Amino acid sequence: MTTTVAHVHDETDAPYALSHLDALESEAVHIFREVAGEFEKPVILFSGGKDSIVMLHLALKAFAPAPVPFTLLHVDTGHNFPEVLEYRDRTVAEHGLRLHVASVQEYIDAGKLRERPDGTRNPLQTVPLTEAIQSLKFDAVFGGGRRDEEKARAKERVFSLRDEFSQWDPRRQRPELWQLYNGRHAPGEHVRVFPLSNWTELDVWQYIAREGIELPEIYFAHEREVFLRNGMWLTAGEWGGPKESETPETRLIRYRTVGDMSCTGAVDSDAATLDAVIAEIAVSRLTERGATRADDKMSEAAMEDRKREGYF
Amino acid sequence: MTSTTDQVAHLADLAATTLLRFATAGSVDDGKSTLVGRLLHDSKSVLTDQMEAVEAVSAQRGQDAPDLALLTDGLRAEREQGITIDVAYRYFATARRRFILADTPGHVQYTRNMVTGASTADLAVVLVDARNGVIEQTRRHAAVAALLRVPHVVLAVNKMDLVGYQESVFAAIAEEFTAYASDLGVPEITAIPISALAGDNVVDASANMDWYGGPTVLEHLETVPVSHDLTACPARFPVQYVIRPQSAEHPDYRGYAGQIASGVLRVGEAVTVLPSGRTSVIEGIDALGESVDIAWAPQSVTLRLKDDIDISRGDLIAPSANAPATTQDVEATVCHVADQPLAVGARVLIKHTTRTVKAIVKEIPSRLTLDDLSQHPNPGQLVANDIGRVVVRTAEPLALDAYADSRRTGSFLLIDPADGTTLAAGMAGESFASKADTTVQADEEGWDF
Repeated sequence: MTTTVAHVHDETDAPYALSHLDALESEAVHIFREVAGEFEKPVILFSGGKDSIVMLHLALKAFAPAPVPFTLLHVDTGHNFPEVLEYRDRTVAEHGLRLHVASVQEYIDAGKLRERPDGTRNPLQTVPLTEAIQSLKFDAVFGGGRRDEEKARAKERVFSLRDEFSQWDPRRQRPELWQLYNGRHAPGEHVRVFPLSNWTELDVWQYIAREGIELPEIYFAHEREVFLRNGMWLTAGEWGGPKESETPETRLIRYRTVGDMSCTGAVDSDAATLDAVIAEIAVSRLTERGATRADDKMSEAAMEDRKREGYF
Repeated sequence: MTSTTDQVAHLADLAATTLLRFATAGSVDDGKSTLVGRLLHDSKSVLTDQMEAVEAVSAQRGQDAPDLALLTDGLRAEREQGITIDVAYRYFATARRRFILADTPGHVQYTRNMVTGASTADLAVVLVDARNGVIEQTRRHAAVAALLRVPHVVLAVNKMDLVGYQESVFAAIAEEFTAYASDLGVPEITAIPISALAGDNVVDASANMDWYGGPTVLEHLETVPVSHDLTACPARFPVQYVIRPQSAEHPDYRGYAGQIASGVLRVGEAVTVLPSGRTSVIEGIDALGESVDIAWAPQSVTLRLKDDIDISRGDLIAPSANAPATTQDVEATVCHVADQPLAVGARVLIKHTTRTVKAIVKEIPSRLTLDDLSQHPNPGQLVANDIGRVVVRTAEPLALDAYADSRRTGSFLLIDPADGTTLAAGMAGESFASKADTTVQADEEGWDF
């Protein structure tokens, strides 16, 4: 007897197959259009990092030839890479978009947030983010988070309901069935939307290469003055590094992620082109966050705890 | 305009990296986490820093070996209790294919999570412990896979190392399971004897079971066909959003944006818009920036029609030659996923494709007992993890297919209008498929994998 019934399969079923990138693109576009169809005031979190750049690219494709029907929001830690800010402003102007900026520095200056002893401002983003969402009355907030980034993120829904305090409760998430996203929410609540949920770091890079998307220069190998802290190569800058005990040196590096300068590490790399970056990531034995994010190393549940409070 | 042949040729180049979505199901101690861990580990999808974190926590807890389950348990509460609470999604890749794994918990009270994982899966892996054979929970998993019409089911008979790698043990379990699942209408069942702990037949072929000539779990995942079910069905196009730039460059552009739910659409095809019943012809298909003359599920595209007719979000565009009927009386099987019950008379919202309408639960004719598939008549209400038949009257007509014909246009959600909670996952039409026509050839001797 045979245990395979009914359907003898053959891989060349498939003039109608989609490549994995086409399938991911199609799904992400579907998510953007669902939000445009069902929400009053969505916003795209845009940092000038590669994930948010891919998000914006997908949104542009989803609504072409009409403009993207969303504004952008950048949570500015005040510790940005200058190349990234320049990229952000140029992109916003090029596509005629509107950008809101929520500034961590302004919160610190106003005494509403206090600088942490370790100088990192990444966790400080939560308050300006959630207050911007409340005051500007956004009801859907697109984030570039991917489930492959981190194990708490692996539990995240594509549509993630947040209460009036922007909190995430992983035990009370709505089941997400088929492609039927339930975005219903009460006034004051909002939904975080993650169109890149099913993408991996490699997918993002392959898509950037396929689509010919421009990125800030810091993603490619360049010489930069860095110093070592907690096993990470950090960029010297006005944010408080290096300390006296830390020695700056010039190295050939690139960034795998872009975030707050105080906690985003560079990796040694000579990958100066997209192809070289893809080749490098394909053989890397470190995850993106493991290689470059100091803040995720604070505790085993650092990401889960921050997400519960309203982080993206 | 790109020609069809060019597109097909282009796709053939990329066919080696298709995407397979699959779900795992197993009882608590069947070794599901170990299988998932083994699959990730042996396919070299676990990176050094992740493995170091697992080793550090395992050592801190005084465990001898790294606990691979820690790779998949992402929440504080899960790590504290050592169980999987919620569906998590994992990603890994081989040279042939990318995989999205919905890692679903095995506890009885989390049937809804298996439903969630199975709803988008092309394949389900049902795990059994070779020592215990087919148990209630196995039948429940098979039934959920059959209800959700998961096209391919893999029976992974685990812990073969603990039964001396005996062929007869495997053969008996495979036969019992295959008979049960085939009766439920599962179209394809592949049984594989494995040891997740020892690594037999997960990624690498086992030296301990030379009587088995079939694929390993990973080989099967790499070669099973995907999406053939979507394009073989009649075309369905739920309208998500109307694109009207009204710009100087595009003063008259009016496009209907959506993701093709099933089938194939071509320029020049006569189409009907539901529920209005108006007809037109597809004038153009814009596939995310490129004009094409053919598109298929699950591509996200924008359709332009010859006639300027009233179409909005929630409408369904289908070939005039093969359009679905519309109805306001929906008979369906639902899996109840919320903590609050669903009772006869409840006023709910029904979300079907891109359309959300008011509805009332007229009847709950029966509740299904998954263990033995018996029907409990008129239960009055459904509670969390119940599966039952419902009759729902909708305020507006829906262009609903049978779930058996289309997982995408035959499925819906019931939503609580008061607080927005997703109450139930619905599947229109019959619960289970009838037994497959191509029956097992019983006269063959031995195992033919």
